[in-house]
Amino acid sequence: MNSSQAVYQGMVDAGIDFVVSLPCVNLGEVMEMVESDPHIVHIPVTREEEGLGICAGAFLAGKKPAILMQNSGLGNCVNALASLFELYHLPLLLVMSHRGTLGERINGQIPMGKATPKILDALNIPYSRPGRPEEALEIIVKSWEQSLTGGFPVGVLLDNQYW
Amino acid sequence: MDRIEAISRIIDKLDQELVVCNIGFPSRELCQLQDHAKNFYMLGSMGLASSIGLGLSISLLKNAETRGKVPRKVVVFDGDGSILMNLGSLVTISAQAPPNLILVVLDNQCYGSTGSQCTYSEEVDLSLLAESAGFETVLVFQEEIDFKKALQSKGPVFVHMRVNPGNADVPIIDLDPDEIKYRFMREIKSNL
Repeated sequence: MNSSQAVYQGMVDAGIDFVVSLPCVNLGEVMEMVESDPHIVHIPVTREEEGLGICAGAFLAGKKPAILMQNSGLGNCVNALASLFELYHLPLLLVMSHRGTLGERINGQIPMGKATPKILDALNIPYSRPGRPEEALEIIVKSWEQSLTGGFPVGVLLDNQYW
Repeated sequence: MDRIEAISRIIDKLDQELVVCNIGFPSRELCQLQDHAKNFYMLGSMGLASSIGLGLSISLLKNAETRGKVPRKVVVFDGDGSILMNLGSLVTISAQAPPNLILVVLDNQCYGSTGSQCTYSEEVDLSLLAESAGFETVLVFQEEIDFKKALQSKGPVFVHMRVNPGNADVPIIDLDPDEIKYRFMREIKSNL
Protein backbone atom coordinates (compact mmCIF):
# COMPACT_ATOMS: atom_id res chain seq x y z
CA MET A 1 0.00 0.00 0.00
CA ASN A 2 1.54 3.31 -1.02
CA SER A 3 1.15 6.59 0.84
CA SER A 4 -1.78 7.85 -1.26
CA GLN A 5 -3.69 4.56 -1.16
CA ALA A 6 -3.38 4.53 2.64
CA VAL A 7 -4.93 8.01 2.95
CA TYR A 8 -7.78 7.12 0.60
CA GLN A 9 -8.41 3.73 2.24
CA GLY A 10 -8.38 5.32 5.69
CA MET A 11 -11.14 7.71 4.62
CA VAL A 12 -13.14 4.86 3.06
CA ASP A 13 -12.75 2.69 6.18
CA ALA A 14 -13.78 5.64 8.34
CA GLY A 15 -17.00 5.95 6.33
CA ILE A 16 -16.19 9.38 4.89
CA ASP A 17 -18.72 9.99 2.11
CA PHE A 18 -18.32 13.72 1.42
CA VAL A 19 -15.01 15.37 0.51
CA VAL A 20 -14.16 18.93 -0.42
CA SER A 21 -10.71 19.64 -1.77
CA LEU A 22 -8.10 22.08 -2.91
CA PRO A 23 -5.10 20.53 -4.59
CA CYS A 24 -1.60 19.98 -3.32
CA VAL A 25 0.97 18.16 -5.40
CA ASN A 26 1.27 15.56 -2.64
CA LEU A 27 -2.50 14.95 -2.53
CA GLY A 28 -2.96 14.60 -6.28
CA GLU A 29 -3.37 10.81 -6.33
CA VAL A 30 -5.68 10.82 -3.30
CA MET A 31 -7.89 13.38 -5.03
CA GLU A 32 -8.08 11.18 -8.13
CA MET A 33 -9.11 8.19 -6.02
CA VAL A 34 -11.77 10.21 -4.24
CA GLU A 35 -13.07 11.61 -7.51
CA SER A 36 -13.46 8.16 -9.06
CA ASP A 37 -15.22 6.67 -6.00
CA PRO A 38 -18.99 6.66 -6.71
CA HIS A 39 -19.76 6.41 -2.99
CA ILE A 40 -18.02 9.70 -2.16
CA VAL A 41 -19.41 13.11 -3.08
CA HIS A 42 -16.38 15.16 -4.16
CA ILE A 43 -16.64 18.94 -4.37
CA PRO A 44 -13.56 20.86 -5.52
CA VAL A 45 -13.74 24.33 -3.96
CA THR A 46 -12.24 27.76 -4.67
CA ARG A 47 -10.96 28.45 -1.17
CA GLU A 48 -10.60 26.33 1.96
CA GLU A 49 -12.98 28.39 4.10
CA GLU A 50 -15.70 27.91 1.51
CA GLY A 51 -15.04 24.18 1.74
CA LEU A 52 -15.60 24.25 5.48
CA GLY A 53 -19.01 25.87 5.04
CA ILE A 54 -19.93 23.19 2.52
CA CYS A 55 -18.76 20.44 4.92
CA ALA A 56 -20.87 21.93 7.73
CA GLY A 57 -23.97 21.87 5.52
CA ALA A 58 -23.22 18.30 4.45
CA PHE A 59 -22.92 17.13 8.06
CA LEU A 60 -26.27 18.73 8.94
CA ALA A 61 -27.81 16.60 6.20
CA GLY A 62 -26.23 13.40 7.56
CA LYS A 63 -22.98 13.17 5.61
CA LYS A 64 -19.53 12.36 7.02
CA PRO A 65 -17.32 15.16 5.72
CA ALA A 66 -13.60 15.60 5.19
CA ILE A 67 -11.43 18.29 3.62
CA LEU A 68 -8.29 17.54 1.63
CA MET A 69 -5.96 20.52 1.49
CA GLN A 70 -2.46 21.84 1.82
CA ASN A 71 -1.58 23.22 5.25
CA SER A 72 -1.30 26.72 3.72
CA GLY A 73 -5.08 26.58 3.47
CA LEU A 74 -5.43 26.13 7.20
CA GLY A 75 -4.79 29.85 7.48
CA ASN A 76 -7.89 30.48 5.37
CA CYS A 77 -9.99 28.30 7.68
CA VAL A 78 -9.36 29.76 11.12
CA ASN A 79 -12.57 31.74 11.61
CA ALA A 80 -14.76 28.94 10.25
CA LEU A 81 -13.06 26.38 12.48
CA ALA A 82 -13.76 28.56 15.51
CA SER A 83 -17.07 30.34 14.87
CA LEU A 84 -18.77 27.55 12.93
CA PHE A 85 -17.25 24.19 13.86
CA GLU A 86 -16.38 24.90 17.48
CA LEU A 87 -19.52 26.97 18.09
CA TYR A 88 -21.92 24.28 16.83
CA HIS A 89 -19.76 21.29 17.85
CA LEU A 90 -19.45 19.91 14.33
CA PRO A 91 -17.12 17.05 13.34
CA LEU A 92 -14.72 17.24 10.39
CA LEU A 93 -11.73 15.26 9.22
CA LEU A 94 -8.94 17.65 8.20
CA VAL A 95 -6.46 15.83 5.97
CA MET A 96 -3.57 18.15 5.29
CA SER A 97 -0.42 17.83 3.27
CA HIS A 98 2.07 19.46 5.62
CA ARG A 99 4.47 21.43 3.48
CA GLY A 100 7.35 23.41 4.90
CA THR A 101 8.50 20.40 6.92
CA LEU A 102 11.80 18.47 6.75
CA GLY A 103 13.25 18.41 3.25
CA GLU A 104 11.18 21.34 1.94
CA ARG A 105 12.78 23.06 -1.06
CA ILE A 106 10.22 25.82 -1.69
CA ASN A 107 10.91 28.75 0.62
CA GLY A 108 7.32 30.03 0.43
CA GLN A 109 6.12 26.92 2.22
CA ILE A 110 8.32 27.35 5.29
CA PRO A 111 6.39 29.98 7.32
CA MET A 112 3.02 28.19 7.28
CA GLY A 113 4.82 24.88 7.72
CA LYS A 114 6.14 26.11 11.05
CA ALA A 115 2.89 27.81 12.07
CA THR A 116 0.54 24.95 11.26
CA PRO A 117 0.84 22.89 14.50
CA LYS A 118 0.61 26.07 16.57
CA ILE A 119 -2.54 27.20 14.75
CA LEU A 120 -4.13 23.81 15.45
CA ASP A 121 -3.04 24.06 19.08
CA ALA A 122 -4.48 27.57 19.37
CA LEU A 123 -7.81 26.26 18.07
CA ASN A 124 -7.64 23.27 20.43
CA ILE A 125 -7.84 20.89 17.46
CA PRO A 126 -6.16 17.52 18.07
CA TYR A 127 -3.96 16.18 15.30
CA SER A 128 -1.59 13.34 14.45
CA ARG A 129 1.46 13.15 12.20
CA PRO A 130 1.65 9.58 10.86
CA GLY A 131 5.03 8.50 9.50
CA ARG A 132 4.13 5.45 7.41
CA PRO A 133 1.15 4.42 5.24
CA GLU A 134 -0.06 1.67 7.63
CA GLU A 135 0.00 4.18 10.46
CA ALA A 136 -1.86 6.80 8.40
CA LEU A 137 -4.63 4.36 7.53
CA GLU A 138 -5.25 3.50 11.17
CA ILE A 139 -4.93 7.09 12.37
CA ILE A 140 -7.37 8.44 9.80
CA VAL A 141 -10.05 5.95 10.89
CA LYS A 142 -9.48 6.76 14.56
CA SER A 143 -9.35 10.51 13.91
CA TRP A 144 -12.80 10.46 12.37
CA GLU A 145 -14.12 8.36 15.28
CA GLN A 146 -12.75 10.92 17.71
CA SER A 147 -14.14 13.80 15.66
CA LEU A 148 -17.64 12.36 15.45
CA THR A 149 -17.71 11.32 19.09
CA GLY A 150 -16.41 14.62 20.37
CA GLY A 151 -18.11 16.94 17.90
CA PHE A 152 -14.99 18.81 16.84
CA PRO A 153 -12.56 18.78 13.88
CA VAL A 154 -9.55 16.46 14.06
CA GLY A 155 -6.44 16.93 11.91
CA VAL A 156 -4.09 14.55 10.15
CA LEU A 157 -0.83 16.21 9.09
CA LEU A 158 1.06 14.43 6.33
CA ASP A 159 4.61 15.81 6.44
CA ASN A 160 6.95 15.87 3.43
CA GLN A 161 8.68 12.76 4.75
CA TYR A 162 5.40 10.82 4.84
CA TRP A 163 5.18 10.82 1.05
CA MET B 1 -38.79 47.79 1.38
CA ASP B 2 -37.22 47.02 4.73
CA ARG B 3 -35.30 43.74 4.97
CA ILE B 4 -37.62 42.30 7.63
CA GLU B 5 -40.56 42.92 5.30
CA ALA B 6 -38.75 41.13 2.45
CA ILE B 7 -37.93 38.17 4.70
CA SER B 8 -41.53 38.08 5.90
CA ARG B 9 -42.96 38.03 2.37
CA ILE B 10 -40.56 35.29 1.31
CA ILE B 11 -41.15 32.96 4.26
CA ASP B 12 -44.91 33.36 3.74
CA LYS B 13 -44.41 31.39 0.53
CA LEU B 14 -42.33 28.61 2.13
CA ASP B 15 -43.58 25.20 3.13
CA GLN B 16 -41.09 22.34 3.54
CA GLU B 17 -38.03 24.33 2.48
CA LEU B 18 -35.04 24.48 4.80
CA VAL B 19 -33.61 27.93 5.52
CA VAL B 20 -29.99 28.92 6.16
CA CYS B 21 -29.77 32.50 7.41
CA ASN B 22 -26.87 34.91 7.48
CA ILE B 23 -25.16 36.15 10.64
CA GLY B 24 -26.42 39.15 12.61
CA PHE B 25 -29.66 41.02 12.16
CA PRO B 26 -31.03 38.92 9.25
CA SER B 27 -31.09 35.86 11.54
CA ARG B 28 -32.52 37.91 14.40
CA GLU B 29 -35.26 39.26 12.14
CA LEU B 30 -36.10 35.80 10.79
CA CYS B 31 -36.17 34.32 14.30
CA GLN B 32 -38.48 37.09 15.49
CA LEU B 33 -40.81 36.68 12.49
CA GLN B 34 -41.07 32.91 12.64
CA ASP B 35 -38.74 30.70 14.65
CA HIS B 36 -38.75 27.12 13.40
CA ALA B 37 -36.62 23.96 13.42
CA LYS B 38 -36.33 24.41 9.64
CA ASN B 39 -34.23 27.53 10.23
CA PHE B 40 -30.47 27.31 10.65
CA TYR B 41 -29.27 30.60 12.15
CA MET B 42 -25.60 31.09 11.30
CA LEU B 43 -24.29 32.86 14.39
CA GLY B 44 -20.65 33.16 13.27
CA SER B 45 -18.56 32.42 10.15
CA MET B 46 -19.54 35.49 8.15
CA GLY B 47 -19.57 34.82 4.43
CA LEU B 48 -20.37 31.11 4.64
CA ALA B 49 -24.19 31.02 4.51
CA SER B 50 -24.22 30.23 0.78
CA SER B 51 -21.59 27.52 1.26
CA ILE B 52 -23.54 25.87 4.09
CA GLY B 53 -26.58 26.00 1.82
CA LEU B 54 -24.59 24.40 -1.00
CA GLY B 55 -23.32 21.51 1.15
CA LEU B 56 -26.82 21.01 2.50
CA SER B 57 -28.56 21.06 -0.89
CA ILE B 58 -26.09 18.68 -2.56
CA SER B 59 -26.32 16.24 0.35
CA LEU B 60 -30.13 16.36 0.35
CA LEU B 61 -30.04 15.78 -3.40
CA LYS B 62 -27.78 12.71 -3.06
CA ASN B 63 -29.85 11.34 -0.16
CA ALA B 64 -33.05 11.80 -2.18
CA GLU B 65 -31.53 10.15 -5.27
CA THR B 66 -30.74 6.98 -3.35
CA ARG B 67 -34.33 6.85 -2.09
CA GLY B 68 -35.87 7.75 -5.43
CA LYS B 69 -37.43 10.86 -3.91
CA VAL B 70 -37.58 14.57 -4.70
CA PRO B 71 -35.05 16.52 -2.58
CA ARG B 72 -36.14 19.24 -0.20
CA LYS B 73 -35.24 22.74 -1.29
CA VAL B 74 -32.84 24.98 0.57
CA VAL B 75 -33.32 28.75 0.77
CA VAL B 76 -30.31 30.80 1.84
CA PHE B 77 -30.76 34.34 3.12
CA ASP B 78 -27.44 36.00 2.42
CA GLY B 79 -26.34 39.63 2.32
CA ASP B 80 -24.34 41.77 -0.10
CA GLY B 81 -21.37 42.18 2.24
CA SER B 82 -21.43 38.51 3.05
CA ILE B 83 -21.53 37.22 -0.53
CA LEU B 84 -18.78 39.69 -1.48
CA MET B 85 -16.64 37.99 1.17
CA ASN B 86 -17.10 34.61 -0.53
CA LEU B 87 -17.55 35.31 -4.25
CA GLY B 88 -15.94 31.98 -5.12
CA SER B 89 -19.11 30.44 -3.74
CA LEU B 90 -21.06 31.72 -6.76
CA VAL B 91 -18.66 29.81 -9.01
CA THR B 92 -18.83 26.57 -7.03
CA ILE B 93 -22.63 26.73 -6.77
CA SER B 94 -22.93 27.34 -10.49
CA ALA B 95 -20.51 24.54 -11.38
CA GLN B 96 -22.14 22.03 -9.01
CA ALA B 97 -25.59 23.28 -10.07
CA PRO B 98 -27.84 21.86 -7.33
CA PRO B 99 -31.41 22.24 -8.67
CA ASN B 100 -32.78 22.54 -5.11
CA LEU B 101 -30.83 25.63 -3.97
CA ILE B 102 -32.21 29.18 -3.88
CA LEU B 103 -29.71 31.86 -2.89
CA VAL B 104 -31.43 35.07 -1.83
CA VAL B 105 -29.13 38.06 -1.50
CA LEU B 106 -30.81 40.74 0.59
CA ASP B 107 -28.85 43.68 -0.75
CA ASN B 108 -28.95 46.80 1.40
CA GLN B 109 -25.65 48.04 -0.05
CA CYS B 110 -24.05 48.12 3.36
CA TYR B 111 -22.75 46.11 6.28
CA GLY B 112 -26.00 46.57 8.17
CA SER B 113 -25.14 44.71 11.38
CA THR B 114 -22.01 46.75 12.07
CA GLY B 115 -23.22 50.30 11.53
CA SER B 116 -24.16 50.48 7.82
CA GLN B 117 -20.70 50.95 6.33
CA CYS B 118 -20.99 50.87 2.50
CA THR B 119 -20.23 47.77 0.44
CA TYR B 120 -19.35 47.87 -3.28
CA SER B 121 -22.74 46.53 -4.32
CA GLU B 122 -23.82 50.03 -5.34
CA GLU B 123 -21.05 50.07 -7.95
CA VAL B 124 -21.07 46.39 -8.88
CA ASP B 125 -24.33 44.64 -9.78
CA LEU B 126 -24.46 41.33 -7.90
CA SER B 127 -27.10 39.82 -10.19
CA LEU B 128 -24.79 40.37 -13.17
CA LEU B 129 -22.07 38.52 -11.29
CA ALA B 130 -24.46 35.62 -10.67
CA GLU B 131 -25.51 35.62 -14.32
CA SER B 132 -21.94 35.55 -15.58
CA ALA B 133 -21.07 32.82 -13.06
CA GLY B 134 -23.76 30.79 -14.83
CA PHE B 135 -26.66 30.48 -12.38
CA GLU B 136 -29.56 28.60 -13.97
CA THR B 137 -32.05 31.30 -12.93
CA VAL B 138 -31.44 34.91 -11.85
CA LEU B 139 -34.36 36.97 -10.52
CA VAL B 140 -34.22 40.62 -9.47
CA PHE B 141 -36.83 42.12 -7.15
CA GLN B 142 -37.20 45.52 -5.53
CA GLU B 143 -40.72 46.72 -4.71
CA GLU B 144 -42.51 43.43 -5.36
CA ILE B 145 -41.39 39.88 -4.68
CA ASP B 146 -42.65 36.97 -6.73
CA PHE B 147 -41.02 34.25 -4.66
CA LYS B 148 -43.32 31.58 -6.09
CA LYS B 149 -41.39 32.11 -9.30
CA ALA B 150 -38.14 31.41 -7.45
CA LEU B 151 -39.63 28.22 -5.98
CA GLN B 152 -40.88 27.03 -9.36
CA SER B 153 -37.70 27.83 -11.31
CA LYS B 154 -34.96 25.32 -11.91
CA GLY B 155 -32.05 25.86 -9.57
CA PRO B 156 -29.64 26.99 -8.66
CA VAL B 157 -31.66 30.20 -8.38
CA PHE B 158 -30.10 33.56 -7.52
CA VAL B 159 -32.56 36.09 -6.13
CA HIS B 160 -31.27 39.64 -5.95
CA MET B 161 -33.55 41.50 -3.55
CA ARG B 162 -32.77 45.16 -3.01
CA VAL B 163 -33.81 46.36 0.44
CA ASN B 164 -33.42 49.49 2.57
CA PRO B 165 -30.47 49.80 4.92
CA GLY B 166 -31.27 49.50 8.61
CA ASN B 167 -32.31 46.80 11.04
CA ALA B 168 -35.57 46.02 12.80
CA ASP B 169 -35.65 46.38 16.59
CA VAL B 170 -35.41 42.67 17.35
CA PRO B 171 -33.70 40.81 20.20
CA ILE B 172 -30.60 38.62 20.12
CA ILE B 173 -31.46 34.98 19.37
CA ASP B 174 -32.05 33.17 22.64
CA LEU B 175 -31.06 29.71 21.42
CA ASP B 176 -27.97 27.65 22.13
CA PRO B 177 -26.02 26.77 18.94
CA ASP B 178 -26.37 23.06 19.80
CA GLU B 179 -30.13 23.47 20.02
CA ILE B 180 -30.23 25.17 16.61
CA LYS B 181 -28.14 22.32 15.20
CA TYR B 182 -29.94 19.37 16.78
CA ARG B 183 -33.46 20.48 16.01
CA PHE B 184 -32.43 21.33 12.42
CA MET B 185 -30.88 17.86 11.99
CA ARG B 186 -33.93 16.17 13.53
CA GLU B 187 -36.15 18.13 11.15
CA ILE B 188 -34.09 16.86 8.20
CA LYS B 189 -34.07 13.26 9.46
CA SER B 190 -37.81 13.26 10.09
CA ASN B 191 -38.52 14.25 6.51
CA LEU B 192 -35.91 12.86 4.15
